[in-house]
Amino acid sequence: MTKIFSRNRYLVQRVGFALITLMALATVTPIIGVIAFILLKGGSAISWQFLSGFPFDGMRAGGILPAIVGTLYLTVGTAVFSVPLGIAAAIYLSEYAKDNQWTRLIRLAIINLAGIPSVVYGLFGLGLFVLFLKFGTSILAASLTLSIMTLPVIISTAEEALRAVPQSFRTVSISLGATRWETIRRIVLKEALPGILTGVILGLERAAGETAPILFTGAAFFLPRLPNSPFDATMALPYHLFVISTQVPEMPVQIQYGTALVLLVFVLTMNLTATVIRSRARAKRQW
Amino acid sequence: MKQNISFREFLIPRLIQASGYSAIVFVALIFFFLLREGLPTLSEVEWGALFSARWYPIEEYFGILPLLTGSLIITLGATLIAVPFGIGAAVYISEIAPRWMREILKPLVELLGGLPSVVLGFLGMLVLSPYLRVLLNLPTGLTALAGSLLLGGIAVPTVVSVAEDALDSVPRAYREGAWALGATRWQTIWRVTLPAAKSGALTAVMLGVGRAIGETMTVMMVTGNAPVLATSPGSFFSPVRTMTATIAAEMGEVANGSVHYHVLFFIGLTLFVISLIVNIIASSVVFRAKKRAERILS
Repeated sequence: MTKIFSRNRYLVQRVGFALITLMALATVTPIIGVIAFILLKGGSAISWQFLSGFPFDGMRAGGILPAIVGTLYLTVGTAVFSVPLGIAAAIYLSEYAKDNQWTRLIRLAIINLAGIPSVVYGLFGLGLFVLFLKFGTSILAASLTLSIMTLPVIISTAEEALRAVPQSFRTVSISLGATRWETIRRIVLKEALPGILTGVILGLERAAGETAPILFTGAAFFLPRLPNSPFDATMALPYHLFVISTQVPEMPVQIQYGTALVLLVFVLTMNLTATVIRSRARAKRQW
Repeated sequence: MKQNISFREFLIPRLIQASGYSAIVFVALIFFFLLREGLPTLSEVEWGALFSARWYPIEEYFGILPLLTGSLIITLGATLIAVPFGIGAAVYISEIAPRWMREILKPLVELLGGLPSVVLGFLGMLVLSPYLRVLLNLPTGLTALAGSLLLGGIAVPTVVSVAEDALDSVPRAYREGAWALGATRWQTIWRVTLPAAKSGALTAVMLGVGRAIGETMTVMMVTGNAPVLATSPGSFFSPVRTMTATIAAEMGEVANGSVHYHVLFFIGLTLFVISLIVNIIASSVVFRAKKRAERILS
């Protein structure tokens, strides 16, 4: 008791608060540092030529267009598979699933999917899509691999958004004669849209920045042209950054920082978009 | 028209249900393909050779012990960094920070979670490891320590968001009760709130560990990739090679169906089983099961 009411307990509190504050700041300053550093170092590499040209001279000169386009293709490809499947799964969990063993198993599976190391997804994609289904090292195989990796993010954020829609909305809609599916489509999905969108963008952001899952499923070291079918391999920004910073000797640092900057801007734009959508939706929400 | 509607009412729920169950199918498929490609290892490489200390695939030495210890030491280092900072940041955000500060910090932490690991690895190679080399007077900066530092950063967002969620879920009445009894806010945090959120904080740590052990690109770029047995704390200052980095670095060059190929899948299987165990333990800790899942993922 005496210890709890010791005279210096406010001093202890002040020191403790200062310490924790410092720790929190130490956690976030590196993030700002990393972003600022890359912006500073990479900014001078950015030119129209860099963004729209092909690499040449063993990638030591020229632009990174094929990598930018490749990452766009992979992101869109991932969205094609993971968005409908993820949202449907979220609808199932939030609107249809009963609280039983199976549903618990689904949730456990989702948590596990989220925890599987990205390089293991790469192995799986290689085993199933590239070799077993014979898609080859291709945009298709890489997109499918990334989709499964993204799925848990999309499912769980979408489910959260769907669950946030008040139950009374559903009751009223049904009582007005709408069917269950009409209620979900016109009322629940519409209300939950901003939340779902946030989850989708955050999921795709992760897919866009990943390297390990595409290493052996779709990434090309160097392509002198743009891929022209889903069965082509493709260059991609994260893999390209990896290649030019570890595999190419005498690589100009300028181009490395420039590539890192483009990748960072790509990812940060998605992140920012998601944050803005979420906060605007929260501000506008009437329920 | 009427028939059309009832058809839709029948078909769509079935499709939606199938999508829901797809998560189970995917986990099973991943497990199946890892087993299919990884299990032949056990008949091709002797048990003793597999758990030996020499990894030199070109001469058919497939000892995975150095890779295991490499992964473990880096994960240990990352945990030692991520746990205090992650829990500290979570306590600050949830218990101490003013509202405006919270609004700034939370998206920033989320941003850290979204940084591509290859960008961190790149900076680790160009900035962090040269700095460590000079600072600690080492022959190379590409060490387990560099990997641990970066990996700690990568695991922090997971720890912060899960732990913060756990703290948030402690009823306000607990804190009010402690204050009313004369405890300071600091005492309340340590003796009431944190103990009440203990299981959630534990989950946060587990998931942070899981995140760290599975990270690939960053560790591949900054740890030097030397398959040396890491047995003492001194190993932090020398290069190591992790399981993930080995798969990523070597899979591109092996012939499909070769022994080396099977061993790499076997390592993948090991990682899969580790992450399964970590996640099952973490999710069996009873703490707002659903909410937590969402937190990990976003």
